[in-house]
Amino acid sequence: MDLSFTPDEEAFRHEVRAFYAGSLPPSLADRIRLGHGLTKDEQEAWQATLARRGWLVPHWPVEWGGTGWSAVERYIFDLESSLANAPRPIAFGFNMLAPVLLKYGSEEQKRHWLPRMLDGSDWWCQGYSEPGAGSDLAALKTRAVRDGDDYVVNGQKTWTTLGQHANMIFALVRTNDTGRRQEGISFLLIDMTSPGVEVRPIITLDGDHEVNEIFFTDVRVPVGNLVGEQDRGWTYAKYLLTYERTSMAAVGSSTAALAWLKSLAAKQQRGGKPLLDDPLFAARVARAEIELANLSTTALRVVAAVAGGGAPGAESSMLKVKGTELRQEISALARRALGPFAQPFLPEALEDGFNGEPVGPPDAAAVTPQYLNLRKLSIFGGSNEIQKNIISKMILQL
Amino acid sequence: MDFNHTDDRRMLADTLGRFIAGQTDPMARAEAAKTAPGYDPAVWTRFAELGVIGALFGPDDGGFGGGGFDIMVVFEALGAGLVQAPFLSTLLAGRALAAAGGRADEIEALIAGTMVIAFAHQEGGAGYDLDHVATRAERNGNDWVLTGSKSVIADAEGATLLLVSARTSGEVGDRDGVSLFLVPVQASGLDVRGYPCVDGGRAAEVRLDGVTLPATALVGTEGDGTGSIADAVAAGLLALCAEALGAMAVVRDATLDYLRTRMQFGEAIGRNQALQHRMAALLIEIEQARSAVINAAAALDGPGNARERMLSAAKYTIGRTGTLVAEEAIQLHGGIGMTWELPMTHFAKRLMMIDHQLGDEDHHLARYAALSRAA
Repeated sequence: MDLSFTPDEEAFRHEVRAFYAGSLPPSLADRIRLGHGLTKDEQEAWQATLARRGWLVPHWPVEWGGTGWSAVERYIFDLESSLANAPRPIAFGFNMLAPVLLKYGSEEQKRHWLPRMLDGSDWWCQGYSEPGAGSDLAALKTRAVRDGDDYVVNGQKTWTTLGQHANMIFALVRTNDTGRRQEGISFLLIDMTSPGVEVRPIITLDGDHEVNEIFFTDVRVPVGNLVGEQDRGWTYAKYLLTYERTSMAAVGSSTAALAWLKSLAAKQQRGGKPLLDDPLFAARVARAEIELANLSTTALRVVAAVAGGGAPGAESSMLKVKGTELRQEISALARRALGPFAQPFLPEALEDGFNGEPVGPPDAAAVTPQYLNLRKLSIFGGSNEIQKNIISKMILQL
Repeated sequence: MDFNHTDDRRMLADTLGRFIAGQTDPMARAEAAKTAPGYDPAVWTRFAELGVIGALFGPDDGGFGGGGFDIMVVFEALGAGLVQAPFLSTLLAGRALAAAGGRADEIEALIAGTMVIAFAHQEGGAGYDLDHVATRAERNGNDWVLTGSKSVIADAEGATLLLVSARTSGEVGDRDGVSLFLVPVQASGLDVRGYPCVDGGRAAEVRLDGVTLPATALVGTEGDGTGSIADAVAAGLLALCAEALGAMAVVRDATLDYLRTRMQFGEAIGRNQALQHRMAALLIEIEQARSAVINAAAALDGPGNARERMLSAAKYTIGRTGTLVAEEAIQLHGGIGMTWELPMTHFAKRLMMIDHQLGDEDHHLARYAALSRAA
């Protein structure tokens, strides 16, 4: 066994660090660290910076713009990106739709849609969940009916992350009611500027607008926007869901968050001493730090298995459960560290250019909203209970 | 980055695994505990002949291993077989002697399996504090006179020598002033009162009542024993963690097997989501524990603070997870999990008791936090 990176991998790590040191504006890193989103313009500008460096889509095939990195290099890049609090490219197009197009899309679709992702022409969002189809995705009811050279789409999608910025949505729609529920689903690419598409905001419990409902009323979609075969969309959707979950371990983001938690707790006083010296709080922090060291090695073991030719299967479910629990725990510790100052609800203090008088420690206004926002981690991407079902079925074979 | 063991270590693990499966019966552990020495000396000799003891020591000390991953491979296999033999005592005493220097003959005898030395450091009032040494050694002419007591000392009855820590200067709790002595079990004034342990094996209360030893009994430099003890305990922590990994895998598999085969309400109990999710959660914790042990094994031969932090991280993780696995396995087995006749329960008891050796979950969490502040 050898837990160290090779000299080449270490050199690569330094190259990534140097890039972020030189290219990432500190104001952007601060916003990521505190968990509030970028504006559309900021996000697009950052993605353009990554594209210029050639690092926007590392996992794509080289001929389409990928980097040809090994699994270990990709892991290092993810880790260092999180440690630097760098904004991540919006995953829906780059990480979710693109692999599906590359595997199941037509040549024409690849040639049309992939370059548009790279040059920022399209902002993609994901149309999977519906009010009646959450964990039970196959219960979806949004319907597409063939009419000449179009599909006509009617129905509703929900929890659409950053749908307010998107001009394109990839959606699972029902095209057939006979047979198994999974067999009548198709994978459609829908232009959100089409007549009949309406986006309504959902305000989450932290007061933020990150997710949306999307309504489709007689929306016409050209048949050329069907990916793969009609009624086979479930296969493509499942492929997408198993793609690259090692990042779900969130080792980098938890590492960065833990470092910030410790600096916060070192400045907070309890009984005349730094909170970090309080035995009970120190024990909670130590517990999280140990879990993180363990998780980092667990994630590397999965990466090494993938690099050795294995496929990340249900192991990624284990990383998802543990990684999200740990990230949530760290955010809860940050909330506790603030003591009474966890209570003020001051969204305006999170805006750029806020020049009012802050309440409590620096950045205090971001902590509870972030804690609240991160409750989503154990719900989305297949809830942690669904992950345990997967582990139970695939690994334990119960 | 490579998470595979070397070919040599894989061969060692295979050989050891086959030998353990053929020679030792996990259930024999409880039976052997009824009488001294608490294990089968003939099997111990076979372990030595197979080179398993030599794998725990480096070439400088006459062995052919001694690295973190050597210890991991050996003790994981021992844990999977619930082996009762003086491996941990040998590792602790041998590493302490090696660290102190000048005891090549004794280490050679340990590796050959011809001598057992008990590691007689722990005292009743110490908790898990390694610096708590109240036993005193005083000079009397050229001799040393030892007075005090040692508690829950494994393998003391079957040992030829006890490696006893005693204070030659300073106060209880001081880091400095602790010396190590090799004490023959026949020494006058030495009382060894043995007893069986909950998880098999035997330990003893050791009383030293004016035990007089020649100057040659002092190991290493006077007053300088703490470093040697810490070195031994570092290896011992890793060994216990790896042993627990082996035992956890057995308990996990036995529990899974039970969930698949035990029928209630017309179906296997493992069809119930309440039980599936508990088992899935357990599996995640077991994989995290394996990562913790890998981290500790990699750190064992590295620099001080990082090494000690990773060892405490691992022992904390193993203490918490080992107990969780044991308790959950008993619960998921239901009534049969309460019985002596089920092998799983003996593995479970071993897991629970590992938390009581060389520092429990709480001790190592606090130690980790203190080391982090000092880093």
